[in-house]
Amino acid sequence: MNTQTTTQAQPAAGATEAVVEAKNLDLVFPTNDGPVQALKDVNLTINKGDFVSFIGPSGCGKTTFLRVMAALEHPTGGTITVNGMTPDEARKKRAYGYVFQAAGLYPWRTIAKNIKLPLEIMGYSKAEQDKRVEQVLELVELAGFGGKYPWQLSGGMQQRASIARALAFDADILLMDEPFGALDEIVRDHLNEQLLKLWARTNKTIGFVTHSIPEAVYLSTKIVVMSPRPGRITDVIESTLPRERPLDIRDSQEFIDIAHRVREGLRAGHADD
Amino acid sequence: MKTFLSVLTVLAAIVTFWYAACVPMNIKGVLDAAERAGAEVTPATSKARRDLGSFGLVAGNTFAIADTFAQDRPRLPAPHQVITELWKTTVMKKVTSKRSLVYHAQVTLNATLLGFVIGTGLGILLAVGIVHSRVMDMSVMPWAIVSQTIPIIALAPMIIVVLYSIGVQGILPKAIISAYLSFFPVVVGMVKGLRSPDAMQLDLLKTYSANTSQGFWKLRLPSSMPYLFTSLKIGIAASLLGAIVGELPTGAVAGLGARLLAGSYYGQTVQIWSALFAAAILAGLLVALLDLIEKLVLKRMGMGS
Repeated sequence: MNTQTTTQAQPAAGATEAVVEAKNLDLVFPTNDGPVQALKDVNLTINKGDFVSFIGPSGCGKTTFLRVMAALEHPTGGTITVNGMTPDEARKKRAYGYVFQAAGLYPWRTIAKNIKLPLEIMGYSKAEQDKRVEQVLELVELAGFGGKYPWQLSGGMQQRASIARALAFDADILLMDEPFGALDEIVRDHLNEQLLKLWARTNKTIGFVTHSIPEAVYLSTKIVVMSPRPGRITDVIESTLPRERPLDIRDSQEFIDIAHRVREGLRAGHADD
Repeated sequence: MKTFLSVLTVLAAIVTFWYAACVPMNIKGVLDAAERAGAEVTPATSKARRDLGSFGLVAGNTFAIADTFAQDRPRLPAPHQVITELWKTTVMKKVTSKRSLVYHAQVTLNATLLGFVIGTGLGILLAVGIVHSRVMDMSVMPWAIVSQTIPIIALAPMIIVVLYSIGVQGILPKAIISAYLSFFPVVVGMVKGLRSPDAMQLDLLKTYSANTSQGFWKLRLPSSMPYLFTSLKIGIAASLLGAIVGELPTGAVAGLGARLLAGSYYGQTVQIWSALFAAAILAGLLVALLDLIEKLVLKRMGMGS
């Protein structure tokens, strides 16, 4: 049932190092209406520097899989490693930053203080905190906004600040759960473009959950198509688009072909329930 | 402006109703006094007047209406009598005088504030325990609720007697009754406030591997501030009530409660009403003060409306 296409040739040593490896992953939630199979037999490898999008209808387990990677949920079967460790160990080693759909900035803290939140918790020195805040604000193009309060910023700027917060400590993996889902399309396009630049500059590995086919195709090096009941992977598409992607690449035939394949995968997932 | 007019209209309606109520309430006393002074009243005997209703008396003796607003010990004092008494016992008296309402209010205020501090502290501690411990959640909360179902007027004398028997007297027993009333809204509000951060906020802290105490100081406590202030405003009014009730059974010689008690012993209704108003004004000031602090703090925290 897994139409896995991650059958790349043996990677050259060091070039494509696996960051996340999931094997036969199962997750069953006990609910009042009986157990719900959120993930069934999920196999996936994410390599270092990949930009992986998870796309599928509600209940397909895309967010659940992201949360399993982040050790916010624990699988009931199979194995998953992050940087060769269990997700819990990886979390303690600060392997990833997590960005939620809502920016979730603390209204009582300035933007700079919000970004310092993880740094305070992790015990960075004051000087180090200031240095990093400066750096990440630069990275998300919010330099000079450190002293503002969240309500003084637009929704898109708030979400950028929350990305900065996730980047502040040196996590190699950035997990993003529909981070731009609540924003309008124009802002979303702009942030997608910025995110690609940021990814190119930092060489992070990114896991990105989305509802939007164009967003998934535009951003990703690898698109994971999922389907619900039970949550499973129906297709994994390796993007052939170059890493350098101007916004108008979305009008190219190649882009349209990949989007078509994603749509086919989503439809196939629906056909068999 | 529109609000101001509405408020004024309501106030005028209350005052009018109050004055109107004074007439039938006080007419019999006025007529008795008038008869003693030799005036002609109908019916002529006290007994006959008792059998006739208040409104009948008013109808038959319209000349006495003006006097119903000016008795020494009316059943229901008129608003201006209460205001005059308030003026005489606050502005016109030295605040150190035993007959100054400011002096009595300050005695009650001391107990109120001490009780408020104890109650708030206790309430916050209990809330912190309830939020962090399932056992406390299940064991403390029901008792906190039960504690508020016991009439304080029944409980207050027992608290005072028990404390007296172990040598505690003075301001503390009153403060404890205050605290007994004021801890509850703080517990309820703070439990809700400390639980107000949503799942996403808690997950975010989890991804940082934050411990419970970091979660408390950095997220839960700041998030609970709007709830805390709402509770404090209810709590301070309850505290004042507790302090006044605490003064009643002790035969206290000072405090607004003592003023109420003395007034009722000697039939000094004007004194009772002015003490009541003093208590209401004091409560209003305390709540307004907390409201102001709330606005400043929440604005400073970026959570103001």
